[in-house]
Amino acid sequence: MSNKLKVSLSPHVHSGDSIRRNMDWVIIALLPAMLWSFYVFGLGAVIVTLTSVASCMLFEWAINKYILKNPKTTLSDGSAIVTGLLLAFNLPSNLPLYIIIMGALFAIGVGKMSFGGLGNNIFNPALLGRVFLLISFPVKMTTWPVPHQYTAYADATTGATPLANLPEAGLGDLFFGNIGGSLGEVSALLLLVGFAILLLRKIISWHIPVSILFSAFVFSVLFYAIRGGMPFGDICMLSLKHLLAGGMMLGAIFMATDYVTSPMTHKGMLIYGACIGFLVICIRLFGSYPEGMSFAILIMNGFTPLINNACKPKRFAKEVKK
Amino acid sequence: MKTFRIGGVHPQENKLSAEKKIEVMELPKQAVFPLSQHIGAPAVPCVARGAVVKVGTKIADAGGFVSAPIHSSVSGKVAKIDTIVDASGYRKPAIIIDVEGDEWEPTIDRSEALVRDTTLEPKEIVARVQEAGIVGMGGACFPAHVKLSPRTPVDVVIINAVECEPYLTADHSLMMEKPDEILVGVSLIMKAVGVKKAYIAIENNKPDAIALMQEKAKGFAGIEVCPLRVKYPQGGEKQLIDAVVGRQVPNPPALPADVGAIVQNVGTAFAIYEAVMKNKPLFERVVTVTGKSVAEPKNLLTRMGTPMSLLIERAGGMPEDTGKVIGGGPMMGKALLNTDVPVCKGSSGILLMTEKESLRGEAQPCIRCSKCVTACPMGLEPYLLQKLAEHTDWERAEAEQIMTCIECGSCQFTCPAHRPLLDWIRMGKGTVGGIIRARAAKS
Repeated sequence: MSNKLKVSLSPHVHSGDSIRRNMDWVIIALLPAMLWSFYVFGLGAVIVTLTSVASCMLFEWAINKYILKNPKTTLSDGSAIVTGLLLAFNLPSNLPLYIIIMGALFAIGVGKMSFGGLGNNIFNPALLGRVFLLISFPVKMTTWPVPHQYTAYADATTGATPLANLPEAGLGDLFFGNIGGSLGEVSALLLLVGFAILLLRKIISWHIPVSILFSAFVFSVLFYAIRGGMPFGDICMLSLKHLLAGGMMLGAIFMATDYVTSPMTHKGMLIYGACIGFLVICIRLFGSYPEGMSFAILIMNGFTPLINNACKPKRFAKEVKK
Repeated sequence: MKTFRIGGVHPQENKLSAEKKIEVMELPKQAVFPLSQHIGAPAVPCVARGAVVKVGTKIADAGGFVSAPIHSSVSGKVAKIDTIVDASGYRKPAIIIDVEGDEWEPTIDRSEALVRDTTLEPKEIVARVQEAGIVGMGGACFPAHVKLSPRTPVDVVIINAVECEPYLTADHSLMMEKPDEILVGVSLIMKAVGVKKAYIAIENNKPDAIALMQEKAKGFAGIEVCPLRVKYPQGGEKQLIDAVVGRQVPNPPALPADVGAIVQNVGTAFAIYEAVMKNKPLFERVVTVTGKSVAEPKNLLTRMGTPMSLLIERAGGMPEDTGKVIGGGPMMGKALLNTDVPVCKGSSGILLMTEKESLRGEAQPCIRCSKCVTACPMGLEPYLLQKLAEHTDWERAEAEQIMTCIECGSCQFTCPAHRPLLDWIRMGKGTVGGIIRARAAKS
C-alpha cells in the first residue's frame, strides 16, 4: 500500500477554477448582446458571427498543428471562440466573408499565435484584427447597415455611425441599441447585463470598465467646456452619449478587460482605464477617426508591462497602522 | 465582522468531523519519538537503550534555548535509538520505545478536577512550559517558552483558534470539551507575559465554539472571544494579528512581539494548562483523522509516537482508492511517503484523499488573470515570482520580496491555469535564502 501513495507539495486542493470556465463565462456574458445583434441586424449578423468564430478556431488549430507542430490542440481552452466572438462584435453586419476571414487570420495569426499563443500576446487579438481591417478596408469598415433589415447581408442599406452626429442621436436609442453600428456594440444595456454577469461570477473586477467610463466622461466634459459655446447641461448630455455610443461599452467591459493584455494590480488597472478613457475622447474629438476605442485600448495594451512594473500590489506591513 | 485586510481565499471547509466527540486512541505496541519535532535544535536523548520509562518520563533534553525536551507518552523499555522516516520524508534520529502497560509518572495529577489558581510567578510558569516540552501545536511547532519570553513588552495575547485549514477539527473539538482548561491556560499565558488583554480568535464557521467560549470567558477577566469572518489563511500568525488587532508585523527579523502581540494556538493553551496546573508534560494531543472517503472521521486523543496507520485503522481503515495521505490540512499539510510515521507534537490531522482528488490539474499558460495577486495575503505577485524562479533571476526575485511568502498556497489554489506557482516559489525561496545567508556570512 505505502509505495502507491502520491507525494507532492502543498496545496493539495484547488478551487476548481479553470481557463475554460473563465472563457465560458465571458461567452455567456456576451450572449445577450449577441442575440440582440441577431435581432437588430438579422441574417448578416449571424453570418458574420459564425464566420468569425469558425475561422478563428480553424486558424488557431491549423497554426498549432502545422506551423508550431504542437502535439496538443489549444482549442479546448475556449479562447479562440472568445476572440472570434469579439472580432465579430467589432464588425459591420454586411462585411464580405473574405474580409472577415482575413481579419480572423490577422487576429489569431499575428495577434496571438506569433507571440506564442494564449497568455503571451501583448495586444488584444480581436482588436488587432479589427484595426487591421479598418486600415485595409476603411470604407467597408465604417459604413454600417441601418437596423432591422432581417434578411439582408451584403446588400443591406447602410448609414453612418451615430458618432458622426452625436448631438442628434437619441439617448434611449443609444442605450437600448436601436442604432446602426458594429454587431455587438449597439446595445449599451445588454453589454451592461454582460458586465453584471462577469462581476457576479468574479471573472473580472470593476476597476477597468468603471475607470474607463469615468475618465471618458470627465475628459469629454472638460474638452467640450474648454471649447465652449454649449450650455453645461448639453455638455453633460453629449458626454453621456459618448459613453453609450460606438465601441465604448463593448471596449470598456469586454476588450480592455482581457486578462492577458491588461495590468495585474487594481492600482494599475485604474491607471490603465483612466488613460484609455482619456485617449478615446482625444481621438473622437480631435482625431480623424470618429471612433477611437480600439486605438486607445491597443495603445494602453502596449503600456501594460510598464504599468505592471510601476504598480506593485500593496505589500503586507508596508504601512503599519496602529 | 473582522478579518485580515490583504488577499485570502475560501476553500471548501469540509469539516467532516466537526460534530465528533474526542475519543481516546488506544496505545500502540511501539512508540517512536523523532528528536526533531520542533523548530530549532533537535533534542538530545537522555535515556539509553534498555532504559525503563514511564508515561511522562523525559527521554530527551532540549538542544538549546530554541528547542524543546521530549517526554515519553508510554511506559515500557527503550528498544533503540535509530533513524526513521518522519513526516518530512527524510530519515531523522528517533527514540523507539516498546510499550509495556500504562504506568504514569506519579508527579502527574491525573484527576479531572479543574485547577484555576496558582501562586506561581511568571518566570516559574515559563520554566514549567519549557520543561514540559510545549511547542506551538498549530503545526509550526515553535517552542512555546521562547514566545513567552518576548524581547519587547507586549500588550495583547491572541489565541489562535481559527483552524482555517479545511477538514481539521482538532482545535474545535478541544474547545467544545475543554473550554475551562483552555481559559485557565490563556490566563497563565497572560500572567507569564504580563498582559491584561487576551483575544480568543475563532472563525464564524464554529458558532457553537464561539458561544461556549463567550459564555465561559465571562468568568475570566480580560479574556474576550473575537469572532472572525471565515477566510484562509486567517490562522497565519501575521494574518491573525492583522485581523484581530489591526497591526501588521513587518518582515523578518521583526516578530509579533515587535507590534506588541504574541500568538499561541488554542491547543498550546490547553497544553500549558496541563503542564503548569497538572504537572503533565506534552505527550498527547488531539488528531483529526478525516477525508471524504474515510468511513468514520474522528477526533482522537493520541499519544505522541503512535504510528498514523493505527489512527487510520481506528477511523475505518484506509480506503482502496486512497491516492494521497496528508499530515495536516490540505492547504499546507505534507503528503506522507507512508503511514508508519509517528504522531508528533505538531500533528493536527491526517487527511486521506482519493486517487482522483490527489491529482493536480494539467498546467496551462499563465493568462495573467491576476487572481493570484488578489489572493496573496502578503501582497506579492505569485505569477511574477514563479516566472523569476523559473528564469533563475534571483536578484529580482529578492527585490520582489520572495522571502516574505508564507507558503499558504492561496495563489496555487486559485490559479485557473493550474500552475504550480508555490512549487517554484519555494524553490526560489530556498535559493534566495541561501544567497542572503552567504552575503551575511561574508560581511
